[in-house]
Amino acid sequence: MTAASPAQPAPLLDVSRTRQIPFWRLVLVELRKSFDTRAGFWLLATIGILVALVEAIIMITAIVNDGVVFFEDFAGTAAGITSLLLPVLGIILVTSEWGQRTAMVTFALEPRRSRVVLAKLVVGAIASVATVVVMMVIGIACTTVCELLQPDLTFWQMEWWIPLAFVVTLTLSMTVGFALAALLLNTPAAIVVFFLYWYGLAIVLFVIADLIPAFTDIAPWINFQAALEPVWDWSLDSAEEIGQLAVSGGVWIGLPLGIGLWRILNAEVK
Amino acid sequence: MITVDHLTKAYGPFRAVDDVSFVCHHGRVTGFLGPNGAGKTTTMRVMVGLTPATSGRVTIGGLDYSAIPNAGRHVGVLLDASAQHGGRTGREILSLGALTMGLPSSRVDEMLALVGLTDAEARRRLRNYSLGMKQRLGIAHALLGDPEVLILDEPANGLDPAGIRWMRGLLKGYADRGGTVLLSSHLLNEVELIADEMILIGHGRIVAQGDKKTLLQGARGSATSLVTSLDNAALGAELHRRGHLVEPMGEGLKVHVPTDEVGRAALEAGIVLTDLRSGGVGLEDLFLELTSATAREGVHQ
Repeated sequence: MTAASPAQPAPLLDVSRTRQIPFWRLVLVELRKSFDTRAGFWLLATIGILVALVEAIIMITAIVNDGVVFFEDFAGTAAGITSLLLPVLGIILVTSEWGQRTAMVTFALEPRRSRVVLAKLVVGAIASVATVVVMMVIGIACTTVCELLQPDLTFWQMEWWIPLAFVVTLTLSMTVGFALAALLLNTPAAIVVFFLYWYGLAIVLFVIADLIPAFTDIAPWINFQAALEPVWDWSLDSAEEIGQLAVSGGVWIGLPLGIGLWRILNAEVK
Repeated sequence: MITVDHLTKAYGPFRAVDDVSFVCHHGRVTGFLGPNGAGKTTTMRVMVGLTPATSGRVTIGGLDYSAIPNAGRHVGVLLDASAQHGGRTGREILSLGALTMGLPSSRVDEMLALVGLTDAEARRRLRNYSLGMKQRLGIAHALLGDPEVLILDEPANGLDPAGIRWMRGLLKGYADRGGTVLLSSHLLNEVELIADEMILIGHGRIVAQGDKKTLLQGARGSATSLVTSLDNAALGAELHRRGHLVEPMGEGLKVHVPTDEVGRAALEAGIVLTDLRSGGVGLEDLFLELTSATAREGVHQ
């Protein structure tokens, strides 16, 4: 049954004086959402505490053993730890909206969903940069302590590109988590798949290469983690390495993010 | 203000919303009524772009929802009061909304005061809220951007009687100031008192719509009156003489005519009436009558 047509023409909504939500404000909202819950707050806190703890142990060991201390070592250790935890942050940024069903509210306020997803990705990048800054600060603090206690054994030398390499690699590994989360829209599933990938893939590739010798040549093009290595060392110069980074990045970031984005944009938000 | 035009949403062969059209006018409260699973929520979800329509279209003030800039400033939405992060406090949830819409934080305090959430309650996490408190918070969230249109799905759900009365006053005042309100419910008496216009939906289709009077006039059963007088026997005889069906009910009589006819009969017979009211087809009877066929089908599915 269809209804009668309206008695009077429906008045129009006057939107001439309303501007759309600026992107920076969406980023601000997503940033706040990343640490205003216990889960988000403690993940960030855990990254900080874990880094500080490990650095302290390295520092104390070095001092007790009269070992040689390089500022670089502190920074490198911290990057190793955070490269595992930042992807989890990337995952939670996306999936918490689905687990807690807040996506209904988020997307009712900003129906252009891709802007929200992009804002979340920017927050992930901001978190990566912030982590590198914190890492450097903790590294400087530890090295300073060593400098005071054993100035002859402490070296401040660090390549200029190291912070840059950390930012790039950490952001990219965070994005892998983000992409898998967008694809799966489920926190545990995304975390499991990410760690299976991060730890399991190398073994799987090794086994497959053992069974199918021809695969040995293909493996570097699929293993994003391996392709990231030249970036860690800031030695990404050959066309082959750049190609491997692009191809494996496409497989582990582009593909899930593309499908995931399509899914988010078209899904019925329940 | 809200125009639903031949809207259909199908899930495979199942049509959750089947060719639904209606209009909600500004300055009026429109009640959207139907049993559970009738398609109310789906229709509202399509309105705000959370569910893609299979065919048909919904516009708000002439615009697609996604074309409204800073939508929260124009359309207040409450679809599910529980769809918020359980770990956030009530105040934090409103603050996030205010930040998104670009509102000052004083607006959060105003809304908390409006819906009667105390400072201590606003500092509690949502998972510790009762359903009624969640509904109040949800209404506060919908009103945050001072919108012209309100879309509320089962807002009275979980509210105590005082809360329902409070919400009735709130929405009435909002519509009187020119706002458009669409609220859904599966409970008639919740909506009966507040809605200027009602849309009855069953099994994805609109079964009736109009204001209360029009709906009752269109009801199949004729009107009945409940009457008590100082001399029921004489009144009964007079009504019977006029050819009306009279049956005793409680301390009085039930007559199958409108109240004015009973009054006229009493006047002519010179009988003092002590109570006369319409016991006719209540909206509830009408509602059940109109939706019963579809509701039964639903049970068997």
